[in-house]
Amino acid sequence: MIRENKTKEGYISAINGSLIKIKGLEKYVRLNDLIKIPNYHILGEIIQIFSDQVIAQCFDPLTNISLNERVVSLNEPLSMELAPGILGNVFDGIQRPLEQLFQSFPTGGLERGFKFPCLSRTKKWHFIPIRKINEEINEGDIIGTVQETTDINHKIMIPPFISGILSYIAPEGDYIITDEIFTVKRYDKEQSFSMLQKWPITKSRPYNRKENPNEPLITGIRAIDLLFPIVKGGTTAIPGGFGTGKSVIQQILAKWCNADIIVYIGCGEPGNEIANIMKQFSETLVSKSHKSLLERVVFIVNTSNMPVSAREASLFSGVTIAEYFRDMGYDVAVLADSTSRWAESLREVSGLLEEMPAEEGYPAYLPSKLSSFYERAGLIRALGKDHLGNERKGSISIVGTISPPAGDFSEPVTATTKRLVQVFWALDPNLAYLKHYPAINWLNSYSNYPQFITDWWFERDIDWPEIDLDWSECRNQVNEILSKEKDLKHLIQLIGEKNLPDDQQLILFSAKMIKNGFLLQNAFDEIEAYTNYKKLLGIIKILLLIYKEGKNLIEQGLMVEDILGQDLINSILRIGQTVPNDAFERIEKIKSKLIQKLRILAL
Amino acid sequence: MSVIYKKIQQIIGPLLFLKNEHNAQYGEIVKIKTSDESIRTGQIVKMNEDMIIVEVFEDTSGLSSENAEIVFTGDIFKVSISKDMFGQTFNSLGSPIDIRSKNILDSDILTDVQRDINGIPINPFAREYPIDIIQTGVSVIDGLFTLIRGQKLPIFSAQGLPHNKLAAQIATQSKVVSEEPFVIIFCGIGIIQDEAIYFLKRFQESGTLQNIISFINFADDPIIERLIIPRVALTTAEYYAFEKDMHVLVILIDMTNYAEALRELSSAKEEIPSRKGYPGYIYSDFASIYERTGKIKGKQGSITQIPILTMPNDDISHPIPDTTGYITEGQLVLSRDLHKKGIYPPFEVLASISRLMKDAIGADKTRGDHADVSSQLLAAYSSYLEVKDLISIVGEDGLNNDQKNLLKFGTDFEQKFINQKSNETRDFNQTLTIAWETLSHLNKKQLIRIHPSFINKYYKTQV
Ligand SMILES: Nc1ncnc2c1ncn2[C@@H]1O[C@H](COP(=O)(O)OP(=O)(O)OP(=O)(O)O)[C@@H](O)[C@H]1O
Ligand SMILES: [Mg+2]
Repeated sequence: MIRENKTKEGYISAINGSLIKIKGLEKYVRLNDLIKIPNYHILGEIIQIFSDQVIAQCFDPLTNISLNERVVSLNEPLSMELAPGILGNVFDGIQRPLEQLFQSFPTGGLERGFKFPCLSRTKKWHFIPIRKINEEINEGDIIGTVQETTDINHKIMIPPFISGILSYIAPEGDYIITDEIFTVKRYDKEQSFSMLQKWPITKSRPYNRKENPNEPLITGIRAIDLLFPIVKGGTTAIPGGFGTGKSVIQQILAKWCNADIIVYIGCGEPGNEIANIMKQFSETLVSKSHKSLLERVVFIVNTSNMPVSAREASLFSGVTIAEYFRDMGYDVAVLADSTSRWAESLREVSGLLEEMPAEEGYPAYLPSKLSSFYERAGLIRALGKDHLGNERKGSISIVGTISPPAGDFSEPVTATTKRLVQVFWALDPNLAYLKHYPAINWLNSYSNYPQFITDWWFERDIDWPEIDLDWSECRNQVNEILSKEKDLKHLIQLIGEKNLPDDQQLILFSAKMIKNGFLLQNAFDEIEAYTNYKKLLGIIKILLLIYKEGKNLIEQGLMVEDILGQDLINSILRIGQTVPNDAFERIEKIKSKLIQKLRILAL
Repeated sequence: MSVIYKKIQQIIGPLLFLKNEHNAQYGEIVKIKTSDESIRTGQIVKMNEDMIIVEVFEDTSGLSSENAEIVFTGDIFKVSISKDMFGQTFNSLGSPIDIRSKNILDSDILTDVQRDINGIPINPFAREYPIDIIQTGVSVIDGLFTLIRGQKLPIFSAQGLPHNKLAAQIATQSKVVSEEPFVIIFCGIGIIQDEAIYFLKRFQESGTLQNIISFINFADDPIIERLIIPRVALTTAEYYAFEKDMHVLVILIDMTNYAEALRELSSAKEEIPSRKGYPGYIYSDFASIYERTGKIKGKQGSITQIPILTMPNDDISHPIPDTTGYITEGQLVLSRDLHKKGIYPPFEVLASISRLMKDAIGADKTRGDHADVSSQLLAAYSSYLEVKDLISIVGEDGLNNDQKNLLKFGTDFEQKFINQKSNETRDFNQTLTIAWETLSHLNKKQLIRIHPSFINKYYKTQV
């Protein structure tokens, strides 16, 4: 296709909400191209093209604007700027830097017509080349690095679809992101590159091939890591009514999960919450290096009162940035809160376009759009090699919250997402009401990943002769106890707890211990907030040991509950809050005490 | 500069359809003059090359294509704000009114500024996370669900529950303990005149009228004004908070009337409804009101909101409370059961929460034992309710001592802690003292959520 590079102009012929109709551009623009209203510095994106006009959604309010206002095409789709300087930043849904905006408008308003570049054009980065001139290079190859933060070494990669001979590479030194860093010669054409790449948000970045997941994404939340685990490269949904704890889970993941980089997408959520997260992040220091957690996070923030069209873009903006770091070989977690607000922005724009709605007013393309988001998760082998010829693996894990109206999981966004994700943490308002957090319902939630990570856990198992269960056997037994308890619930209501046979009382007792001593976990308690894998195994094995011994005792006509005594039971229930992750010996001590009590009896 | 047109082509509900022969601006305000000399106001909500659609803020009845003249003002809707609005009541267009006659008063207030009622959204980066408290003098709120400056904390009420009384109590008693300037903006949305008079009377009797700025939209005012009035109130709040460095508490009552107006307008526009006839954008629309709370880095003032709504059929999953709950930082729920028992304010404490409280209370803010006590009260009350259920199975005699203690605690908690006179102010210390009195019915060992040092300090054995 031949395209003139001259700017083309049109004019506004109608305004409705965030949408404008433009005449005069219909022959020159492609779908998803950006347009601009130059006199007001308002950006927009083409979303429909007709023979006599186009429709664009604008990323700023259109108040004050008249018909016939000039519009120009920018001749490129909405893209992310990818280069050093992304980490620790707070962007809006189309990557406008909100800190810069605040510096320019200290009254704190989101003023219209903002014109800063997304990434700083003045900050210098220290570039170290690792490839040499005249070497043959291919797409994805790493040609140099920039130490962006203490932990993150930013790889400067050959952009996709580019290959040839490296005809120039800059010497080690300080550069801004638009300085020329290398040139590539192919046939007789030479192309110049800087550290800055641009990538359109709706296209996924290419990779070599997808791999099966094989490593858990450890969250530190016991209920998740044992019962409903997620993996590096996996997809997860967290549906739940208001106040059930969706955002708290996302915040824990952002703080503690073992990904290298977090892309936090605050999508249509309240602003105070974002302020809270940013505050927590700048105050939480990773203890050994004393750097704040902010260094590994990118925020994409479109709060509920910001324009809906940028909210729609924000999920794809976030995942595009994530792909860029994935391609460097990092494990990235994309945390989106809330995908329902994103879906609602689709619905609002669709309503303005007067499209034929499918369910509950959502457009018929909701499922395909949603799947094009989750589809970008995965563990992959990236394109290209480093200077030693090594390949690299990277992953994107996506965790999205869903805010179903009235907590009803049959509504379109929850139902559609359920088909797309492998893990489903169903949050339960009844548990939240009882202040049982995390309010993950253990009967309705599921994970399809355990089989992929059994080996990982097996290698890290703790060896306790008294209780010979590995991670996956622990899971099975916990599930069994909890589901038996559920069946007994009905019975209790009829005949009362004390009239049940002993083995059933043991189930009830064990289920209670598991709920209060393992599943219940206060996110705001310093020790309790994060449980590492070893402590997790320790706690659950103690609880299952009680169950196992309890069964033996029944045969002797004894109830384990009575024998342990309240003090020991309490100290077991409180391991989560009282024993820090690095004090495993204290868990072993409690176990010894427990064994002692039981042994005395056996004598 | 204004231009006059006489080209109304169609009137549908609150919408006027005009032929587009004038280069209007999107969002521009138009004045509609009728032959009887009355002037109405409207705003351009949609335009294309043939047509301009104007949404009229007042009633459209009596308008016809013959009798009306349209004046384009060349400006967007702005409300006049003055630094001398205290003690007075205003309508949705910002004119002072007399509540008893509903008449518009001649105003001698000088306008200091004019502001767009839609405000400008706060840059999330500019927000400061709120951690300072407001004392409402109501034990349940202060003790269990502390209100934070910059928070939005709604009250979910229902038909027949005493939310008016509570709203008046909060409006007249609230204060910031730090002696910083503090003002109440009270916004009645679609309330009846008797209610408005009741509020005025309470404000006068309490002697706090001069600290309150009221905005009232009466039940028989045009519905579209219901959509405007909270925005006018919040624009005023923003002026006092961010330009005059004051702490502003905005009380919005009743958001259910607001939402119903939104639904009515949406159906007049023939939009595709989502749940229960409410438009799909109800979340965004509510957010455009509730999000106008908070603190901004580098500024002294703050805006706090208490939106009050009545749950249709007591249903908390109805779109109005449900959407609200998704946006706000917690909720206070009123209970019909407690109300029937004669307990005021009848808070259903287990269904309520203040999400910002945990970072804002404690030794140097309220009192060291505050967090432990509030968590213990809720846990014990929840156990109390279980014990009450148990009685129906085993009878009161079948209870053990701990359970009997819980019964005593629960009764006292409802009667002495929750229950409070509608003009009674309790400060944090009084609230916590009553809390300890009720907790002292329990055995020390039952106070598992309270640090032993606080038990030693505050626990007293009951005789
Ligand atoms: N793991 C947890 N530990 C302790 N408290 C919790 C936990 N999870 C949630 N909570 C409590 O519940 C409140 C609401 O949680 P959160 O903000 O995560 O809800 P949400 O599901 O995101 O709600 P919304 O849909 O309104 O955004 C928190 O402020 C906190 O008080
Ligand atoms: Mg949330």
